[in-house]
Amino acid sequence: MDKNIKTEERFAQPANVETASAPKTAKSKLRTSPASAPRLGVEKTYKLYINGKFPRTESGRYFAVTDAKGRIVANMCRASRKDFREAVVAARAAFSGWSSASAYLRGQILYRVAEMLEGRSEQFVGELTTMGLSKRAAAQEVTAAIDCIVYYAGWTDKYQQIFSSVNPVASSHFNFSILEPTGVVSTIAPQEKCLLGFVSEIAPIIAGGNTAVALASEENPLCAVSFAEVLHSSDVPPGVVNILSGFRDELTEQFASHMDVNAVIYNGEDMNAIKLVQEQAANNIKRVIIRKKPAAPDPYQIMDVQETKTTWHPIGG
Amino acid sequence: MSNVKHAIKLNYDTEWEYAPAPESTDHISLKDRYDLFIGGEFVAPKSGVYFDTINPANEKILASVAQAGAADVDRAVKAARGAYENVWSKMKPAERGKFIYRIARIIQERAREFAVIESMDGGKPIRESRDVDVPLAAAHFFYYAGWADKLDYAFPHKTPKPLGVAGQIIPWNFPLLMAAWKIAPALACGNTVVLKPAETTPLTAMKLAEVIQAADLPPGVVNIITGDGSTGASIVDHDGIDKIAFTGSTDVGKIIQRAVAGGDKKYTLELGGKAANIIFDDAPIDQAVEGVVNAIFFNQGHVCCAGSRLLVQESVAEEVVTKLKERMQTLIVGDPMDKNTDIGAINSAAQLERINAYLELGQKEGAAMYQAGGKTPKKGYWCRPTLFTDVSQSHRVVREEIFGPVLAIQTFRTLDEAVTKANNTQYGLSGGVWTDKGAKIFKVGQKIRAGVIWANTFNKFDPTSPFGGYKESGVGREGGLHGLSAYLNLH
Amino acid sequence: MTQTAPRTETIAPAPDHVVSVDQVGIEERVARLGSRSIKKSSKVQALKLILSQIDLTTLEGQDTPGKVRQLCHKAMSLHDTLPDIPHVAAVCVYPMMVAEAKKALGDSGIHIASVATAFPSGMATTQAKLDEIKLAVAEGADEIDMVISRGKFLQGEYQAVFDEIVLCKEACGDAHLKVILETGELGTLDRVRHASDLAMHAGADFIKTSTGKIQPAATLPVTLVMLQAIRDYYYETGRMVGMKPAGGISKAKLAIQYLVTLRETLGEAWMTPEWFRFGASSLANDVLMQLQKQQTGVYQSGDYFSKD
Repeated sequence: MDKNIKTEERFAQPANVETASAPKTAKSKLRTSPASAPRLGVEKTYKLYINGKFPRTESGRYFAVTDAKGRIVANMCRASRKDFREAVVAARAAFSGWSSASAYLRGQILYRVAEMLEGRSEQFVGELTTMGLSKRAAAQEVTAAIDCIVYYAGWTDKYQQIFSSVNPVASSHFNFSILEPTGVVSTIAPQEKCLLGFVSEIAPIIAGGNTAVALASEENPLCAVSFAEVLHSSDVPPGVVNILSGFRDELTEQFASHMDVNAVIYNGEDMNAIKLVQEQAANNIKRVIIRKKPAAPDPYQIMDVQETKTTWHPIGG
Repeated sequence: MSNVKHAIKLNYDTEWEYAPAPESTDHISLKDRYDLFIGGEFVAPKSGVYFDTINPANEKILASVAQAGAADVDRAVKAARGAYENVWSKMKPAERGKFIYRIARIIQERAREFAVIESMDGGKPIRESRDVDVPLAAAHFFYYAGWADKLDYAFPHKTPKPLGVAGQIIPWNFPLLMAAWKIAPALACGNTVVLKPAETTPLTAMKLAEVIQAADLPPGVVNIITGDGSTGASIVDHDGIDKIAFTGSTDVGKIIQRAVAGGDKKYTLELGGKAANIIFDDAPIDQAVEGVVNAIFFNQGHVCCAGSRLLVQESVAEEVVTKLKERMQTLIVGDPMDKNTDIGAINSAAQLERINAYLELGQKEGAAMYQAGGKTPKKGYWCRPTLFTDVSQSHRVVREEIFGPVLAIQTFRTLDEAVTKANNTQYGLSGGVWTDKGAKIFKVGQKIRAGVIWANTFNKFDPTSPFGGYKESGVGREGGLHGLSAYLNLH
Repeated sequence: MTQTAPRTETIAPAPDHVVSVDQVGIEERVARLGSRSIKKSSKVQALKLILSQIDLTTLEGQDTPGKVRQLCHKAMSLHDTLPDIPHVAAVCVYPMMVAEAKKALGDSGIHIASVATAFPSGMATTQAKLDEIKLAVAEGADEIDMVISRGKFLQGEYQAVFDEIVLCKEACGDAHLKVILETGELGTLDRVRHASDLAMHAGADFIKTSTGKIQPAATLPVTLVMLQAIRDYYYETGRMVGMKPAGGISKAKLAIQYLVTLRETLGEAWMTPEWFRFGASSLANDVLMQLQKQQTGVYQSGDYFSKD
């Protein structure tokens, strides 16, 4: 299992812009004791997040993630189609409970996620700077991610009021249309903005009561995988969000073709991949959402993975 | 009454029969041949090929209609594009709305003519085309006409824009109504359309073309072209189409979803179903039985949202089945033009063959079959109302969409069992629940994964009421405010 | 029948299972039945059947023996110029008029129905009601049309309503008992159903919608609910109970809709005067006009038909 054994070389300096020339063995501030008392850092193993647990990929495969300077910072799990299958099983099992949780509770839990992310901001800033962002840009992305979650936490008990309807039918019936979550949503998260992009993807899915299986940015999966820790400590029930790291080329087809997935979201502009997603989605008439460019948070992204259910009942004595 | 204690049969075979009450057909006019409606005119197909449309109740030819080829589709799309860019998208929304109101009014004026032709061409009872299809079609135009200048209020914080040219492919079960469902919202949202009616039921669409001409719609705003599946494929594949709206089988829906992959076409799909009607022991049983009749025998069962499965709580199963069988004895199968006909002709020979194959299959699978409805005419395509009992979830007649007057009945013991069985399908278009207990309605209604829940009623439709499926029953909604988003880009 | 004091103990338990009815579902079914188109031979057949099912009625404070005699004559000879016209099923009069009717009708075969039990309100003691029934029967009534105690029913005293019907049935002896529910005062179709079940279980030979003194009187939805109750009671016991809609049915076209509803709910066995009646005062003439029209092809005027 040496692929999971940490080497000292994997992390760059936190303020990498300034210290880009530092030796490969330099330690991150986040992970080392003061320079006056050197000690060996305890490094994190990045794993998958399935059903509220952190398993390694069943395939035993990994891929190395490198920082802006090309240095290896982590060996990520290279998730397989079987990992994806397990994640879908978990998401399906979690759907009944999460979709019937009260909107208020979902809002509370999402807000809790924001609180936990706020508390761990430094960790995420560190990961982002490791991957090449300036400290300022990293801090901005982390705060934007936190605010994005707070934003959607507030929507959980409001979008229904905006987008549902009472329909004035001509017959003697009471008729109303409400929104229900589409079901299990698979999403291939944006390559860019590895934290904000990922969070912006997950939040509207789960705010609306869906459960998710998400593929982290392939180029920079650190934040997404670390975000699992935030979810894990935030009362998000197991299986509601499942996070895989791996190769887009390998997993896109699986994300789109699985018969127990109800909607697939693809972020990116690769026309071949988009075509593949759309074709495979037809296996079970999945809803397909293609996001070529990142969009600012809005409730229409919740609506993308909602179904309209219309109920009729006679009005009589 | 909790159950049928005495096996007493009521006898509906009375001496007092209803004498034939045929709807008169002398006020309608059909041409021998219908051309394509493109750019506001009726034009011959480039191929010169025509095919016949017949009356399924007597197999007589009603008219021949044009077979549109790829070149005709191209011509129609170009006409629609021109009308979109030069006229329709530039018109004041309120004016657009007034054109749609005109269509609604003319359909109302010519309602009986439409009803008669619909029944002749499609086989559905005149009672239904007269009381359901045609009034609802007019109502749809009337409803969406009013949206044309109010779209800014529909989607908060968004600016709605039309998509462009919509390609619309509709089925044979509600020919005029489906045309209305497609055309009305598309026009209200500022799009122009190319519509293809089903091969076996093109006539009311061609009559609608006459209405559109009479309403002075700018040429090219609505183009109606007839043809078979290859015409539909040409529409789906055409680069000049911005949106595909399809109602039909799930198989074809999948083909369309694959065909548009990789392009920018938006699409909405309204596909198949295998809906369950759930009757609990505290239901108003007589109304539930009537609801089941409406659910499966309406329009010969050629209804995507038909309640083709019945789940009855065991404690009332005997009563429900007894009453259902007795009610079926009063159903009159026969001439669609007779005002007393309850079940008309099966739409086509091919569909009848398909239904009959399922009747055979069900019996081969070991199900008990019951049929009522008296004698059927010699000519034409007929299927008597049919029940299958002694079936389980694994029977194919329980799992597959038959699209005929064929009901599969199963029993259940608990609410959870009923919901599990109801949801154990790839479809999710509709569901029925019958109980006198309000709390149970909401619970079951919430658990059923389907786009339409009919509680203590079934097969009700209204232009204000969104309709569409979960899972493999489709993508998107038609009707109501929600139906607008299928024809708009929201910026 | 020597019973003089009303019983105080429960006679037999009234049925306690209340069947629910969905009003909109009933109305939709009625609308669909109403779309049946009855033409030509089936129309003639229906019109004649309707005539034979009429309880020709006069129930006015101003009724006199003279009025009753005229009514009886009309009952026996509806319109002699039309061939093959049946006579009505019965005349329906107050108990005081039974003797006069008996004399007038002779051996015509037309029954005498009489509204006993403090018609139309039913606001009297049980004993007074029983005495009235006995009087009517003694004078020659073949059928008794009683009213239920709606006040007690609405108070929830179902057992008392039930017991009273049982006693009335006893008091009828050989006369048939029709139980008037006065559905216009019951409020909902669920209650119509409940009252129907009570009446049948208590021994009613017929259940009847209305006195004709309260609006709404007979309606198709109410009638359909009662017919369904009759069918379910038949399933349960094997005993046929008759049905009589009364009040407000004055047109042949509407009466035909009742027959269609009857036919498609209970079937052939009930399509006779023995099991279905119309309580009506002016229906007969409209039916006769329709029959005349069927024969001549010309729409008719009321001036050509006797008004008694």
